[in-house]
Formats: sequence, C-alpha cells, structure tokens
Amino acid sequence: METSTFTTEAIWHLLEQVKDPEIPVISVVDLGIVRDVQSLSEEGFKVVITPTYSGCPAMNIIEKDILTYLRGQGLQVEVETVLFPAWTTDWISEKGRKNMEAYGIQPPVERTVDKSFLTGGRKTVPCPNCGSKETQMVSQFGSTACKSLYQCQDCREPFDYFKCI
Amino acid sequence: MTQQEALFEYCLRLGDNGLILGHRLSEWCGHGPILEEDIALTNIALDLIGQCRMALSYAGTVEGKNRSEDDLAYLRDVYEFRNVLLVEQPNGHYGDTITRQFLFDAFNFALHQRLQFSSDEHIVAYARKAIKEITYHARHSSEWMIRLGDGTEESHNKVQESLNDLWMYTGEMFESDEVDQLMVDAGVGVDLKIVKQQWDDSVGTVLAEATLTQPEDGWMQSGGKKGTHSEKLGFLLAEMQFMQRAYPGATW
Repeated sequence: METSTFTTEAIWHLLEQVKDPEIPVISVVDLGIVRDVQSLSEEGFKVVITPTYSGCPAMNIIEKDILTYLRGQGLQVEVETVLFPAWTTDWISEKGRKNMEAYGIQPPVERTVDKSFLTGGRKTVPCPNCGSKETQMVSQFGSTACKSLYQCQDCREPFDYFKCI
Repeated sequence: MTQQEALFEYCLRLGDNGLILGHRLSEWCGHGPILEEDIALTNIALDLIGQCRMALSYAGTVEGKNRSEDDLAYLRDVYEFRNVLLVEQPNGHYGDTITRQFLFDAFNFALHQRLQFSSDEHIVAYARKAIKEITYHARHSSEWMIRLGDGTEESHNKVQESLNDLWMYTGEMFESDEVDQLMVDAGVGVDLKIVKQQWDDSVGTVLAEATLTQPEDGWMQSGGKKGTHSEKLGFLLAEMQFMQRAYPGATW
C-alpha cells in the first residue's frame, strides 16, 4: 500500500501494536509516550515520542520497534524524541491501566495534580493479585526506574507498583 | 566571557554532577548492603546519567564545535570536568554514600525546582523532567539519613562521622562565580543564595529528625566547578573512559 493512502489516525491505530518492551501488555500509545503523529510535507510520517524517565534504557528499543513495525507496513517513517512536556503517569490510558493491573503491576493510584506523592503522604496501594488493601512498600525503587516494590500483607505476594511521576 | 561561553560552562556543571555521581553510584552495582538498596542506587545512577545526557548534549549544541554527549563524557581530561568535589568523593561505607547523596540531593532538588522557570526553553524541558526524578532521590536519601541517624548507636556514630567528613565539600555548591552571575543576569540560571536558604532548611530539618549534629561551617574545599579536582576523579575517569582511551572511536 502506498504511504500516501494512510492517515495520521491510521498510524495511531497501527502504533497500538507496538508494545512496551518491559511491559508487553501495554502499547506505546496506552503508555502515553507517543505524543504526536505528523504527516510530513514531502512523504511519510513523523512519530514524536517522549521518555518516561530520563535514563530509561528502553527508549532506543522503543524507537527501533516503532520504526521496524511501521516500515514493515510499507510506511516511510521517522521518530523524533522530545523532552517537553515531561511525561507523566497521568497519560497512561484507562485501557493501559487495566492491562497493567491484569498483568500484576499496580497502576498509579494518584494523579500528579494531587501532590501528596511529593509531600510523603501516601494513599493505599491495593494488591493486584488479591485486592487486599493491606500492603507495604518494600522499596521506592524496583525492577525498572518506573516501578516501586511492594508486598501484600495478606497473600504475601510481592508486586510492582508503577509509581506516580 | 560571553553568554554563550557561560551557558556552555553552566550545562557542563549540571551534566558533570550527574555523570560523576551516577558513575559513583553504579560502582555499588552488585555490592549493595541489601538487594533493595542495590537496586535503588543503580536506579538513581540511571536517572542521573539520563539527566546528564540531556545537559551534555545541550552543552555540545551551545558550544557549536560538533561535540556530542559521548565526546564530552569520554574524551575530556580531568581538568575539563566541572562537577563539584562532593560528588567525586569515594563511596566509602553505605553511610558515607547516603550522606553524600543526601547533601547533594537537597542541593539538586532546590536548584532544579527553580531551573524549571529558566528563560532558556531547553533548560526548562530538562529541569521539568529531572525534578520528578530528583524528588524521589531526595526522599530516599532523607529517609535513610533518619533511619541511620536515629537507628542504633553504631549506625548513629558512623553516619555522624560521614557527615563530619563530608561537610567541608558542601560550601562549593553555593559558591557563585562569573558563570553563575552571567546566567542569573540572563534569567537562565538560579541564584545560589536562594538555593542555599532552601538547602539549609531541608538539611536542618532532616538532621534534627535523624538526631544528628549539624557540623559547624569551617574550611570549605573548592575548585571542582573550575576544573581543579582531587586525585580521586582521575581514578574514576580511568575506569569510566577506559574503552575510548584503549580503542579510540570504538562503537558497538
């Protein structure tokens, strides 16, 4: 198919097939790291992405995955990484949150407009395995930059919490 | 000094603080006292190196001599580094590392809070990203200062000694020179007097809760911001830059 027959909406739709390499149940669109899709004046498209964390080692892979997938569809495409505005967990879609929870990672319980995460006041983080509210933070820093490590006091399972930034 | 030269220096200072402290923290990888802290320190190292990449790549753009972030990180010699002396201090024991981190995080937090309102849009983008991460760093190191200071007699004495040893490196962070002044005048940089006030408040509050005695301000070491470093930085660079020195231009 010719690139020119695609619309930017179609590109957004296709990008839902590109998953986060660390959390393969959530697409780059649902994670909120695709900020824009632009139709280039000459030919093809530009996908604008932003990193979750400044040192996120998955960014290069995400860029490659996007390029590989879209080029595989016969599209002419380039990827641009921007820093501003800074990514926030508020951009994770409802679908993304649900998939994350089903996968065993508790999505952020706060919105960043609620500054309690900065001042140290913490809300209850429910266990994604048994739903118990009796959970305890083991460490603010977990298996990747974007997660904290928690443990459920009832089912005793450890779990990841996608922390609010 | 032109404003462009000052901005280049200013970005090097931001980037080098992150690079050198990030490298120091990465030395803990596989050696942390408990698994969670091993992971925490390497996560923080990753954030700092990520922030450093943004600052150094912008420094390269400002300089206009086609130097990339990698060129600046791997191909400069020790006297060209602009980090404060505090961040190049060796890891020591865990209390030393946490104290170094705590003293720096409090500074870094106050600085980046204000850099979000810089007149330079690149600095704004960088700072708004970085501040979210630095907030977590500052909370982590503050909690550990309290846990160690208000812990056992052993942990209290050890961390008090770390604090006494590192205190002489804190003054340099707030020293203002021509670079800082030019950047403040241009609305790009932050007035370090204001950063110092906030640092005094936050450090004082945590130390009180940690039942630690804040050392008296005495002789303060200085020089890192201008490129005069301790011999410790040379050893760090020898390891960090080994590959590019042994195999110039190697890529993979």
